[in-house]
Amino acid sequence: MDLNLLQRRSDYEWEIPQHGAMRVPAVIYASEQLMRDMDHKVYEQTVNVATLPGIVRASYAMPDAHWGYGFPIGGVAAFDPEQGGVVSAGGVGFDISCGVRCLRTGLRRADILQVQKELASALYARIPAGVGSTGTIRLNEHEMDQMLTGGAQWAVNRGWGTADDLERVEERGQMKHAKPGNVSPQAKKRQRDEMGTLGSGNHYLEVQEVTAVFDPKVAEVFGLALGDVVVMIHCGSRGLGHQIGTEFLRRMAIAASQFGISLPDRELACAPIASDVGEDYLGAMRAAINCALANRQILTHLVRRVFADLLPQARLPLLYDVSHNTCKVEEHRIDGGTRKLYVHRKGATRAFGPGHPDIPEPLRAVGQPVLIGGSMGTASYILAGTRESEALAFSSACHGAGRAMSRHQATKTWSGRRVVDELAARGILIRSPSMRGVAEEAPDAYKDVSAVVDAAEAVGLARKVARVDPLVCIKG
Amino acid sequence: MGDVPSNTGHWEHFAHGADIGVRGFGASKAEAFEQAALALMNVIVDTARVAAQERIAIACAAPDDELLLTDWLNALIYEMAERNMLFARFAVRIHGTSLTALAYGEPVDRERHHPAVEVKGATYTELSVRSEGAGWLAQTVVDV
Repeated sequence: MDLNLLQRRSDYEWEIPQHGAMRVPAVIYASEQLMRDMDHKVYEQTVNVATLPGIVRASYAMPDAHWGYGFPIGGVAAFDPEQGGVVSAGGVGFDISCGVRCLRTGLRRADILQVQKELASALYARIPAGVGSTGTIRLNEHEMDQMLTGGAQWAVNRGWGTADDLERVEERGQMKHAKPGNVSPQAKKRQRDEMGTLGSGNHYLEVQEVTAVFDPKVAEVFGLALGDVVVMIHCGSRGLGHQIGTEFLRRMAIAASQFGISLPDRELACAPIASDVGEDYLGAMRAAINCALANRQILTHLVRRVFADLLPQARLPLLYDVSHNTCKVEEHRIDGGTRKLYVHRKGATRAFGPGHPDIPEPLRAVGQPVLIGGSMGTASYILAGTRESEALAFSSACHGAGRAMSRHQATKTWSGRRVVDELAARGILIRSPSMRGVAEEAPDAYKDVSAVVDAAEAVGLARKVARVDPLVCIKG
Repeated sequence: MGDVPSNTGHWEHFAHGADIGVRGFGASKAEAFEQAALALMNVIVDTARVAAQERIAIACAAPDDELLLTDWLNALIYEMAERNMLFARFAVRIHGTSLTALAYGEPVDRERHHPAVEVKGATYTELSVRSEGAGWLAQTVVDV
């Protein structure tokens, strides 16, 4: 990105002043190096988002921002329904409520090393992953609607988890105001065989070791210590969410002109929050959030069964579950008052600071856990939300490393087998149905996740608590 | 629309930061759409491994050529997910902004096909359908 186009506000804050059709300025949080490496498309897309009706304060991009669809990946924008604000299917994306869930295990590295190969093979055998994989759960029409209304709560009621889990999931495991009736039969059919599946692409399940603790006090509250083993799951709302995204993107793109909305990019497809299509989307999108929460809950159950067989001493309580592709109604302080805003986070994690009432009570004093997935074979991070993040970006932080290289280039650069062998030599076991998929997700195809979280911490979006490194990775 | 799809034209992938672009070229718009579909399938699988043994009929209509392309690709994505199939050949007919097509393929066999990645949807990013030289180009970015 050409830095001459931006005004530097601090070491990690870059502003694009309001110009042209922009209704608010745009702000990118990143180090100078991350900015220099960032695609110019992030500039264009962050500016485009700033032109949408009812946007409040600024269009934001997180340190891991990269070229997305309409919104940049790593984009955050809040809209006020009282000011003609919009909801954007493009601003949430195809993988609605894609997110990360972290389970503690009570185990140590040595426990895993004794059974590492068996554990990798058992997880790979029991967790449906990759193209063409199907789950064992089939839902009839009534059950599908119950799942879309109940989310993780529905899954727990079916026996896939415990009530304690729900306290550690955003929205207490159930997104309110979901409308299964707004979800098309096609979307439901697409989900029919996909409950409890991981998906593919950058989705994964990892067994990880805590390799660094940056904030011992908060780590203790989170239940993390050096050498502890955790399980991290990254996936979303599967085919149902993809189909809802597809259908509403089209509907909103066509309807935009009827609302007098001029779209600089069709992918920014949106509609007024107070419109039929806006309300239809919100009901369907919330149902997809419940689908993602239920899916991650079922995967949790499958993981626990594998551990129960191989490491029966392990208990796997949930640390936290966060989504990073959503639009949520939240109250935020604006100009000395409180306003109800529709906050879009597209590849960005909600990061409530200490004291926020939506944080589970045992964690409330230290801030919400913010789970940052790395790329395959590299570190992931566990952060905590800060109070300053509300004023910086409506309590949001980064979500991952962000790609540095296209999939196309990655497959030209690496072979999947070589990547698997090199990671095995470093003690990291990869299991995947596709070597080409592994090549596309090669560690060096991504930005340095450490630089991303360092920037997030330096600017105050969240603070580092612990780093985790993989021991086993199941890749879809 | 014949049972024997055209074998002229060609396809390619192009880079997108997070995902991948699919581009089809053809002597006609319909052939460019067929080739864009082949580009889509080759994101997922080497279509040389996929037998064209079953035939699926697809129809869609849209307000313009660009939306017709995304509707066509999204219809294929839906059929793949719903039927757990992969496709290797296409025969497309376009009348105005309506499309009818046959897609030829077979059920996914993970051992034989080694599918790399599933496609979530066709986006409107870098979306273009246009005449180019003596032929047509149809392209967009797909989310994987």
